Amino acid sequence: MSLKQIDERRLREVALTPDEYRVIVQALKRPPNDVELGMLGVLWSEHCSYKTSKELLRKLPSTGPAVLQGPGENAGAVSIGGGWAAVFKIESHNHPSAIEPYQGAATGVGGILRDVIAMGARPIALLDSLRFGPLPASRRHFEGVVAGIGGYGNCIGVPTVAGEGYFEDCYANNPLVNAMCVGLVRADQLMRARAEGAGNRLLLVGADTGRDGIHGASFASLELDEDSASRRPAVQVGNPFLEKCLLEACMDLTRTDAVVAIQDLGAAGLTSSVAECAGRVAGAGARIDVLRVPRRERSMSPYDVMLSESQERMLVVVRRGREREVQRIFEEWDLTSAVIGEVTDDGAVTVMEGEDEVARLPVKLLTEGAPLRRLTGVPPEPAPILVIDSLPPPADLGATLLQLLASPNLCSRMPVIRRYDHMVGDSTVIEPGGDAAMLRVKGTRVGLAVTTACNSRYCELDPNLGAQLAVAEAARNIIATGAQPLAVTDCLNFANPDRPEVYWQMEETVAGLAQACRALEIPIVSGNVSLYNESSGGAGIYPTPVVGMVGQIDDYAERLHAGFRHECDFVLLIGSSHNDLGGTEYLKVVHGKVAGRPPALDLVRERAVSRLILTAAHAGLLRSAHDCSDGGMLVALAEACLLAGFGMRGPALEPEPPLRLDAAFFGESPSRFIVSAPSRAMPELQSLARRHHVEIALLGLAGGDVLELEGQLRVPLSDLRQAWEGGLA
Amino acid sequence: MVVFPGTWSDRDCGWVIDQVLGAELRYLWHKDADLKGCDCVILPGGFAYGDYLRTGAIARFAPVMEKVIEFADQGGLVWGICNGFQILCEADLLPGALIRNSSLEFRCEWTHLVVERADLPFTSGCEEREVLRIPISHGEGSYFADPATLSRLEQNGQVVFRYSDVEGRVRPNANPNGSLHSIAGIVNERGNVLGMMPHPERCAEPELGGTDGLKLFRSVMHSAVEVLTV
Amino acid sequence: MTAIVARVIVTPKPAVNDPQGITVRQGLATLGFGEVTDVRVGKYIEVRLDVRNEKEARERVEAMCRQLLANHVIEDYSFDVDTDGRSSK
Repeated sequence: MSLKQIDERRLREVALTPDEYRVIVQALKRPPNDVELGMLGVLWSEHCSYKTSKELLRKLPSTGPAVLQGPGENAGAVSIGGGWAAVFKIESHNHPSAIEPYQGAATGVGGILRDVIAMGARPIALLDSLRFGPLPASRRHFEGVVAGIGGYGNCIGVPTVAGEGYFEDCYANNPLVNAMCVGLVRADQLMRARAEGAGNRLLLVGADTGRDGIHGASFASLELDEDSASRRPAVQVGNPFLEKCLLEACMDLTRTDAVVAIQDLGAAGLTSSVAECAGRVAGAGARIDVLRVPRRERSMSPYDVMLSESQERMLVVVRRGREREVQRIFEEWDLTSAVIGEVTDDGAVTVMEGEDEVARLPVKLLTEGAPLRRLTGVPPEPAPILVIDSLPPPADLGATLLQLLASPNLCSRMPVIRRYDHMVGDSTVIEPGGDAAMLRVKGTRVGLAVTTACNSRYCELDPNLGAQLAVAEAARNIIATGAQPLAVTDCLNFANPDRPEVYWQMEETVAGLAQACRALEIPIVSGNVSLYNESSGGAGIYPTPVVGMVGQIDDYAERLHAGFRHECDFVLLIGSSHNDLGGTEYLKVVHGKVAGRPPALDLVRERAVSRLILTAAHAGLLRSAHDCSDGGMLVALAEACLLAGFGMRGPALEPEPPLRLDAAFFGESPSRFIVSAPSRAMPELQSLARRHHVEIALLGLAGGDVLELEGQLRVPLSDLRQAWEGGLA
Repeated sequence: MVVFPGTWSDRDCGWVIDQVLGAELRYLWHKDADLKGCDCVILPGGFAYGDYLRTGAIARFAPVMEKVIEFADQGGLVWGICNGFQILCEADLLPGALIRNSSLEFRCEWTHLVVERADLPFTSGCEEREVLRIPISHGEGSYFADPATLSRLEQNGQVVFRYSDVEGRVRPNANPNGSLHSIAGIVNERGNVLGMMPHPERCAEPELGGTDGLKLFRSVMHSAVEVLTV
Repeated sequence: MTAIVARVIVTPKPAVNDPQGITVRQGLATLGFGEVTDVRVGKYIEVRLDVRNEKEARERVEAMCRQLLANHVIEDYSFDVDTDGRSSK
């Protein structure tokens, strides 16, 4: 079969290369028809096949004693005690959010919720890791995305409890929207999306199928006339109300043992959900009839039906003969469901249109046939060197602190947090705004701490170290609540990997993630990769490996908040500070530089500090703990005051050479916490620190209405608050 | 507890009634045509029918609502929280309407409420002028009514809760959504139908940041028991 | 200057999913309006403006629709313009 017989434009439309086309023809021993070509195109897209990143991702550790489900399913799962499992995953919705911020973000939330629901779990929390260009220019993206996340999450009644927001030039045309969902299920009721048992029925449930998002990925790059654009909207509109009904109905499915598996319909719609479900069982296949698929629009072709990305749909595998029983559950929720086919044992996906076969493809070719792309990474020009001695010391510590607190990357997130319902579910025992949020597991004493972290500026300067720092920061966020980190879900956002320096960033990032996760013994159980985050001709984004993490505490009564709790408590800095000014917010905001090496990380020290905090928390020695990272020690101190509603007073801080004053205050050395403790706990805390070989320094006493280091700094709390709360205005 | 498609506070209110108070709880499905002998009907928060068209507009016609209206007409206790308040207004069990917040944004935050009526079955466990700390969570919670209705509400003492500062002073900057007269909750003339935007079920246990909401649930439970024993 | 009123109607594009419309249709069906086959929910916007003539009004309103009133990714718009009876004395 020669390539000439296929229109090149057609190949571009399905985003396949001529080489990939040749592989297909060879495997099938015939040219694929139009429907088959479309199905292969979507499943072989980077988004579904991971053809560029698969090799790299194998290096990530994904096993551990608590892991119930690692990568490869709709979401990962870990055991959290009491017979419960936490199910979670993070996923990007960057490109749709760039086109239509509100709907892009909303459907991103909808998609990640379905991934968790498909595991049989009830979603209990949403998190969002967001990146935009600087304000005010990127306000349209920022406002739209925040409203979209709220619009979906608030309506469906799942609290949005944590996340991050950063503003950097590199995201101006490529905003990042990474949504994470955490759910709960009894460990013995964890579902897996495996199409077991030939003859079992495939039930399609939820929204009717329209021509939404067909070739969403390749859509933007095609020259389409007005008419085709209106026939095939690339932007999908979310329906959180329908998803709420879908959620409740899926929860009701636990009443019956007639259900074998549930699979979300996400990217590549019916094609990928059917193929993936079958692909997880050796030899399994599926046969479906597109005429049985309920439709929203008239005259849809088999091609449209197979590739539609209409939202709020689920595929349910039901034991043969028990379809009605399951359909009745969906009817209670006024949801449409239809038997569209059955599981087979022929290892092929067969698509019928009534009596006519319109496609027949081997499952393995669909799910694993995409040739892996072996790229070579080349390190870019080294990052600009930072000559630390050339930096003038800050003239006025108080003014510098206020400047940093007002920086959009550091300021209060309250204007965003209050637009999300973060309390629904009656489980939020640590509200957003501190380090990690915490949800209680009702009916037990278990608390689940959840967070996301990634300082992509570090990653730009050194992707390997930056990735390690992201894991360490996420872990510290969890530990600051008194919880033990359990597992990670990662969302790896990069620019175009066809550029060797971007592929090098990917290699380094994965190596850094693997190293940190191994050292800290936190496996990665699920994740997502988003590539091509760059605009034509423009610069790409910083490498942005967002680390979502879940931790557990046996009794949430022992949890710690980030803000100080009592006046007159001792305020302490745990961990040691170094001249870590490279890549810091201070360097950017005050000196206008993005340069140097990111802060040095010693994973052995990181572990020692973590153990100290958890031991002290468990022994009841601490009243609060706050991670010291972006912005440095003084910003962390100010935040702990602001969250408390009172200040702190202590003596001047005289750093011991070679530690510089600016580095002591605004350097971002990792492995540090600001904690507070009652005076009676001090002797024990100090001896505990000695035993763990961790530095502990008294900063002052909590209380009053100023933050004061005698003779060095004196800022009224009201000034701190004004700067901190106005940063996003 | 009435559950419409799209309701989500049912589980939270249910938790308080069932697990915190140990009272008996029954769920009523929107398609149900009887109230299963309940002493108090709660319309909880959420986005019934997605709040499409107008908040509460479609829910108001659900089969169960006919029975709720009958029950209210007979003097039964009906308590609408958040979306439930919006539905009660659409169903004309309470006057006025809830419109978009003046900020044009969804607001989820703690508010303070001053209790203006402590003689109702819903508030008997509170003191008059007591300040409660209860969170809100809504995009359309700005109370609106025409001037005649507003003055009637005020004259009859039908305003039960007003947004206030921590000391109980009703101030514009303590009003989170632009409600007229800072109204957070009202009762019908007979005193058996209460609608309120804040979520008492979210503060019924200390680990959730406060227990002021429990006072209202306790009041309702005691009143329901009294009605039974009279 | 002429006082003009423009009546703008913004509707979801034909193939774009309209969850509001679907839910309203179901609500109408519950109430017995079984003859309803489809519902699409849009917005009605009234804009009053002072311009030199109707042609200018059309151009300006067109620009408003493109820039703000409609989201061109998911919505269509149409409008008519009329002399504003309310403000012409």
